[in-house]
Amino acid sequence: MTNEAILAKIREAYPTAVVDVPEEMTDFTIILAAEQLFAVAKFLHDELGMDYLTDVTAVDYPDHFEVVYHLYSVERNQGLLTLKVLIADKTNAAVASVTPIWPGANFMECEVYDLMGIDFPGHPDLRRIMLWDGFPGHPLRKDFENRTFTFKELEPTRPKPPNW
Amino acid sequence: MLRSQTINVNMGPQHPSTHGVFRMILTLDGETIIDLKPMFGYLHRGIEKISEGRTYVQAVPLTDRLDYICSMTNNFGYAVAVEKLAAIEVPERAEYIRVIMAELTRLVNHMLAIGFLFNDLGAYFTPVLYALRERERLLDLFEMVSGSRMMCNFMRPGGVAGDLPEEFFPAFAKAIDINKRFVEEFDKLLSENEIFLMRAVGVGVLPTQEAVRYSITGPVLRASGIPYDIRKTDSYSIYDRFDFDVPVQQEGDVYARYQQRLQEMRQSIRILEQAQQQIPGGPVMADLPPRLKPAKGESYARIEAPKGELGFYLVSDGSTNPYRLHIRSTSLINLSALRNMCVGQKVADVVTILGSIDITLADVDR
Repeated sequence: MTNEAILAKIREAYPTAVVDVPEEMTDFTIILAAEQLFAVAKFLHDELGMDYLTDVTAVDYPDHFEVVYHLYSVERNQGLLTLKVLIADKTNAAVASVTPIWPGANFMECEVYDLMGIDFPGHPDLRRIMLWDGFPGHPLRKDFENRTFTFKELEPTRPKPPNW
Repeated sequence: MLRSQTINVNMGPQHPSTHGVFRMILTLDGETIIDLKPMFGYLHRGIEKISEGRTYVQAVPLTDRLDYICSMTNNFGYAVAVEKLAAIEVPERAEYIRVIMAELTRLVNHMLAIGFLFNDLGAYFTPVLYALRERERLLDLFEMVSGSRMMCNFMRPGGVAGDLPEEFFPAFAKAIDINKRFVEEFDKLLSENEIFLMRAVGVGVLPTQEAVRYSITGPVLRASGIPYDIRKTDSYSIYDRFDFDVPVQQEGDVYARYQQRLQEMRQSIRILEQAQQQIPGGPVMADLPPRLKPAKGESYARIEAPKGELGFYLVSDGSTNPYRLHIRSTSLINLSALRNMCVGQKVADVVTILGSIDITLADVDR
């Protein structure tokens, strides 16, 4: 089943979900509406057999966030399908978690939450895995000040025993 | 009536058997594990953020330090990703050199993984000593080619950094020959060892249906019965010219993962022998501008690194620096199933299971 056939099936089942399919991308990309992401993802997993989620990541653009999902299918041996969700609201960025569908997304979404600050409601254990709970800011954002932080200024933010 | 209580044990970041600064908080009922919470981030260096301030070629030494045991394949993955983004053609000889270095890295990694698995089991330090001795022979080849044993910084987008010296091929032929005999010797000495069988068979089973759901890749996936190898499915670089099999085991326990790595070493030696026959002459680097500026766009490319699938997601905005470089790390995602594999086992088995997944903390934390 090619990527275009998958797109046709998604359009048939969820007519309003597909926002855009950009031309001339190196990888075939489908941009979805953020509210319908979970439903389309479940449809892809259950009906169309895309059982292998390889990556969940996020990119910070000047006016929006993009959360990118890379999917493969192991049972049908099918190549890359990229899904994207655009989030315009940067202060309260949130998109539904796909961990109930693909449990491997657990650490990937924790990392996006930690370094970009995007919330994933529905995630079983969303915590800051690379940095610690009190770390000021989210480093991978473009407006994060890229300088040397001294020990003295970061030490008060570290969690103290017994919560370390 | 005895009242019992669960106890929380911290296998802290400083621990001889956690393969780096890795922390696990175990909840125990006696000796049996009820819950396991992995915590990492002690080695987080912000490689993705640093690479936004560097050019595409300057980011290559950063990828060396991702999974520091297999630095050549990290470079390979990054080079494949940039070449896919910028549509660069790589010369033939460079492709063959890359495949040779990648398969040598697979041998290096699996020898180290198997050696340290036995170290974790308690066979201090004899198997790991012999494995490391053979690994040193291959690291001598890396030093001959790139100038450094581990942080090789050898493959660039567009080809490789330099051609192979004349003394490489005689040393290479001798090293593969010795390595082939070493794999057989290792197999004969250790695979039927009764203590190893008692400690490894049936321990840390990853069922076949769970393996794909948890996005596991690499030898751990193939030891659970799924014959998925990116060298065969994606056919990146020139892997379609070589004749090799994809070994698969069915049980999914620690012993199966050990057998899987041993058999993958045999297949790697097959590829190396064929590459040695087929390598042509020619240039080793494509003709690129000094500061590479790919067209605006993005792409995701992946390779079969020794530990699993290593992918790079690159977003370019037309300038000399990548706008976003995301590294899909092998070890981080392979840890997704650690909790499920360990619940119900004993404390002593946690170390064995962690050793059999074969992680490198620098790849987990980046």
